[in-house]
Order: sequence, then C-alpha cells, then structure tokens
Amino acid sequence: MNFKIPIGPQHPALKEPISLRMTVEGEVITDADIRLGYNHRGLEKLAEDRNWVQNIYLTERICGICSHSHATCYVQGVEKLMEIVPPKRGLYIRYLVSELERVHSHLLWLGVAGHEAGFDSFFMYTWRDREIVMDLLELVSGNRVHYAMNAIGGVRRDLDEGQKAKILEGMATLRKRSEYYFQIGANEPSFVARIAGVGMLTKEQAVALCAVGPVARASGVARDVRKEDPYAVYDELEWDLVTSDSCDVLGRVVVRVKELLESYKMIEQMVRRLPEGDIVAKAPRRPKPGEVLSRYEAPRGENTHFIQSNGTDKPERLKVRAPTLANYPATVVMLRKGFIADIPLIFAAIDPCICCAERAVTLVDGRSGEETVVRMSDLRRRSLARPANAPAKGKAAWPF
Amino acid sequence: MAVLKTFLYLLVYPGLVFLFAYSTFCEWFDRKVYARLQNRMGPTHTGRFGVLQPIADFFKLMAKEDIVPEAADKGLFNILPAFGLAVVSTAALLLPVWHFSPVVPSWTSFSGDIIVMLYLLSLPTLILFLAAWSSTNLFSTIGGARVLTMLFGYEVPLFLSVLSPAILANSWRLAEIAAFYQARPLLLLVNLLGFVVAVIAVQAKLERCPFDIPDAETEIVGGTFTEYSGKKLAIFRLTFDVELVVASGLLAAVFLGGFPGGVLLGFVQFVVKTLFVIFLLSLIRALTSRIRIDQVVSLAWKVLAPLAVVQLLATILVKGFLL
Repeated sequence: MNFKIPIGPQHPALKEPISLRMTVEGEVITDADIRLGYNHRGLEKLAEDRNWVQNIYLTERICGICSHSHATCYVQGVEKLMEIVPPKRGLYIRYLVSELERVHSHLLWLGVAGHEAGFDSFFMYTWRDREIVMDLLELVSGNRVHYAMNAIGGVRRDLDEGQKAKILEGMATLRKRSEYYFQIGANEPSFVARIAGVGMLTKEQAVALCAVGPVARASGVARDVRKEDPYAVYDELEWDLVTSDSCDVLGRVVVRVKELLESYKMIEQMVRRLPEGDIVAKAPRRPKPGEVLSRYEAPRGENTHFIQSNGTDKPERLKVRAPTLANYPATVVMLRKGFIADIPLIFAAIDPCICCAERAVTLVDGRSGEETVVRMSDLRRRSLARPANAPAKGKAAWPF
Repeated sequence: MAVLKTFLYLLVYPGLVFLFAYSTFCEWFDRKVYARLQNRMGPTHTGRFGVLQPIADFFKLMAKEDIVPEAADKGLFNILPAFGLAVVSTAALLLPVWHFSPVVPSWTSFSGDIIVMLYLLSLPTLILFLAAWSSTNLFSTIGGARVLTMLFGYEVPLFLSVLSPAILANSWRLAEIAAFYQARPLLLLVNLLGFVVAVIAVQAKLERCPFDIPDAETEIVGGTFTEYSGKKLAIFRLTFDVELVVASGLLAAVFLGGFPGGVLLGFVQFVVKTLFVIFLLSLIRALTSRIRIDQVVSLAWKVLAPLAVVQLLATILVKGFLL
C-alpha cells in the first residue's frame, strides 16, 4: 500500500501549524516533504516601522518559549551598533534569565518528547517541575512567558538577596529531579525502545545540512555559540559542552538532560558571583549607520539576528534566522526510512518552534495549484493594487 | 414470572443497567489511579470524588453532533458500535458471579463457556477493524491495519495462558474452574506466570498504553475512531469500559479463585478482585511508553508466547505428577 499521509497543518502531534507530507509504504516512510508558511506574521516588516526600544518587545514576541532568546539576540546587536557596553551586573542578570529560560525550554521539551512517545507519566512529571523554574522566572521578571527583562544597555529589573536564595533553592530541587529524569529517559525499556536508533543523523550529514543546537550536538558536532564565540559572561563561567555520539533521538534526549545540569551549574555560579554596580547603561536614541550580525545560543540552537541601521531611530532592516529553520533540512533526512510511529518523535526531537521560523509565505493558486514564494514587500504591493476586475467589496468570494 | 426474571436479568442486574454503572465506575477507578500515579488529581468535580465523571462524559458525547462520512459504508459504520456493545455485554453475562451455585447452574453457565467468553472477547477487535475500514479515512485505515496486526500478536498468548488453569482444573466451565481453585487455593500459585502473560495480553486487547498503537493520537490522530463522533463514539467508549470489566472479571475468575460466598460476599469478591486486576492494568499504563507495532509483534511471539507455553508445560507436569 502506498499512501500519502498529511501530518498537519492541523494534527494532534503538532502544537503549531506546519505541513509534513509523508509518502509511506505500509508503515515505512519513503519520502518526506515539509511545507511552511501557515503562521507568517510579517514581523520583520513590522520591525522597520518601530523604533529601537519598541523593537525589543516586538522581537520578544517572535516566540513564546524562547522569547528571551530573540530579545537578547536583538539587544546584543543593537548594543554593538550603539557602541555601548552594559554594566557587568546587568549582563549577569540578563544571561541568568537566559539560562533559566533554557531550563524551562528543555524541561518542556522532555515532556513533549514523552507525550509524543505515548509516555504521559513522564510528561506530567517534567511539566510539574517546569513550574519551579516558571515560578522563578516570574519572581525575577514579573512574567511567566514574556519576561521583558532586556533594555538597551542592560536589564530593567535588579535581583535582591531573597530572590537569589530562592533561585539557589529551586536549582537544588531541579538538579535532583533532573538526575532522576536522566535515569528514566535513558533507561526505561519501553521508552528507550522507541527512541534508540530512531531518526539517525550522522556527523557528516549534520555538518553538511547545517544542523544547529542539540540536534547537531547529539550527532557529535561540538557546535555551541556559547563556547565557540563566547559572548558576554560565558567565558567567565565554568561549564562543559555536552555532546553525544549516538546520532539518534536518544542522543538528543541525553544531550538536553545533560545541558539542564550544565545550566543549573551556570545559574548557581551567576547568582553567587553577581557583581555589584548598575544594571543598565545609558543608551543613545539612535545608532550610527552600520550593520551587525548578532549570534546567540537559544535553547534550540544558534539564533542569529542581522540588524542594519541607517542612522535614524528605526532599523533599516531586521533579519531573523531562528534555529528551527536551520534544522528543517536535517529533519527531512531523519524522517526518511523511519516508521509512521516515529514521525512525531523525530519531528519533536528538533524541538520545532514553527512560528519562529516563518519568514516567507508560499501562495498557492486555488485554480491551478501553482505555488509561488512571495516576499513581504511584494505582498504589500499586491495588496495595494486592486485588480480591475476584482468584485466589489463585500461581495468577494473564495476563488474555489 | 420466569419471563420477567429473565428480562430483569438481561436489563437490570447483571444486564445493561448494572454493567453501565459498574463499567463507568471502573473507568473512574482507572482514571483516578492513572492520575494519582502521574501526580495529578484526576476527576474531582462531578459527584463525590468525581465518581460520576465517566457518566457525565458519556451523556455529553451522546448529545454531540453525529457525523457519518460521505464515503463511508453507512450500514456497517452505523451498526458496528451497537454490535460491539452487544457482544461484550453478552460476554459479561457469562461471568461466574451471577449464578451462585455450580450444582444448580443457571442457563449462562455451561461446559465450554470459557471458550465462548474468549471468542466473544475476540470479536470487538474485528469490529474495530471493520469500523476503521468502513469509515475509509486514511488514519482509520492505518489504525485498522494496526488493530489486526496486534491481534495476531497477543491473541495466542492470551488463549494459551487463560486455558492452562482450565486444563489443570480439568473443566471448560468457568464456575467449575473457580470452584476447583477455591478448594485448593495453593494451586493458584502454579498459574502465576500465566497470570502475568494474561494481564499483558489483556492490556494489548484493550488497546491501552503501551499498546495504544491503533489510536495513537500523536501519530494517526484518532486512529480507528477518527471518523466516529457523538453517540457512536460514546457507545464505542462504553464498549471498551465493559470490555475492561469483562476481561478483568475473566482473569479474576480463572487466576484469582473466582467469587465464592453466595450473593453478597460473592459480589464483594467480584468488585475487589476486578478492581485489583484493573489496578495492575492502570499501573502498566502509567509506567510505560507506547511501543511500535513491530515491537508488539516481536514481544508477543518472542516473549509472551514462549512464556505461555512454559506455563502450559508446568500445568501439565503438575497435573501429571502431583494430582
């Protein structure tokens, strides 16, 4: 039997819309195809209409899970453009929130992986403990999802002794629990049977397809911006880069759990060594003309923002490359020759954040089925020019 | 009078009304145990401790819109849920708890009823496959194929393990098997291995984790039930609840010494023993992750079937040398 199964745009395994078209032979996948563009919001265009400060809050909304990653990546770039150096205390607090966010994102992912494999108990346990770090984030920033901690030149909120003590306490609990999850994730026979040897991506393939983040690290590629190109505080902290050579979903689970343990280490160091001083430096209203590429290691991998300034109070161009986008080509390779049962696991193993990666829209003609990729500027021009034979407003009908 | 009695027997106790009440209670028990093992509360709101939640769910589903796909085989699609419920309810009548003396058997106890019971428990699987196939949905079709593939795995170990206590008791009648073990409780230990195999096979038959492959929602959406909604889905869910009661009742009758002690005490034993089996099933459900269809088949034929044969051998040896 040769089928084409549509996974998505609406499917219980997907938390956001994307279309995976699988050609299967019985239970085995022979070909995979990924279609994007269901969640395009035109954020890059919006950024050109807002000033440098407003854009912090806009970039924060690119993603819900890694909101701090996008905002920090943007702010790093703008600080470089404005030639300001944030005070040490501000940087420590900023990257403390980064690591807390990584902890919450990885715990969330562990739960999702459990759920996709039908291991709901694992899901319930990890998400219970994710609440610890969510509460800490709320304690530090006042918000659970969009922390709004960043300001150009530092952060907006300071840490006091009580908050520091609470963070250390939370990390101690989480470390104990994570070690337990490592035992389960790497040893529970029915779970390991599902993830070991599934979604293979060799080291050569990972390099050739430009995989990033835990996906690349699970294939034995030591690729992490925090180590390769240490920004801000990361060269002052003692931590290890985690890799795994198993190249499968099991390796991705192991890498993420071990990264959790490394993050706890970093958070404790940052809290203990928090320097005295200001938390924010004064920033000018507009930077000099120029351009910058900002790199940041988000929980899902390397996140880059390209920012171009023309000397006004608004950016000329903001280009976002989210880590999920970099992992899509690798996903297609991983999916081939797998079982139908492996689709949700393999796809979830890249920790996809679909709306992060939506930068272009594919337009499909309703009549001919012809597909065209259209850029935002083009789309805008088309929306303004009404065709002469268009029906009067209010009487518009779908073309099919 | 006799006619009225038979009607009461079929409709009220132990017929449909009682089965409905007890199977929803068992679903609640299963959900509660599952939730507590996952550090959740489970149902709390409807009724005391949420005990009425499955009933509320049932009636809510009954009131929902019922959609039949254009391309479906309408006759089969519509009749199968009712057929499934009828089959498992009939199987429930054969449980040896409703007739209280093996000396004066009621008409539902006869030599060979254990075979009829196993047969009636196999039918829902075929009904599921037909339901999936007749709805013509792609996900249902894959689910249906998975139902049948699994059936070839777990059915043989289940039969072998359930029949070996019967061989030891030298009877094909559930009431007599139970009575045999009530007289010699120590012999129940001989069948321990068979009990383990049977619990795992029943878990697969009921399509619960780690064998919830035919309706794995993250893979094939609703699986066999993708196109079912409203009343029909409610009845299918009830069918699974009743099947849970029947299967656990069968295991309790065969492996746990049945339900002696007359009307009241026998009923108490029935409740305690079925809940014990359901507790074991919930435990497995909470502690495992869903496995792949090829892993089910190899588990069934490489582990469960040999273990069931070992059980059979042990039974024959015990019967030959000790009895």
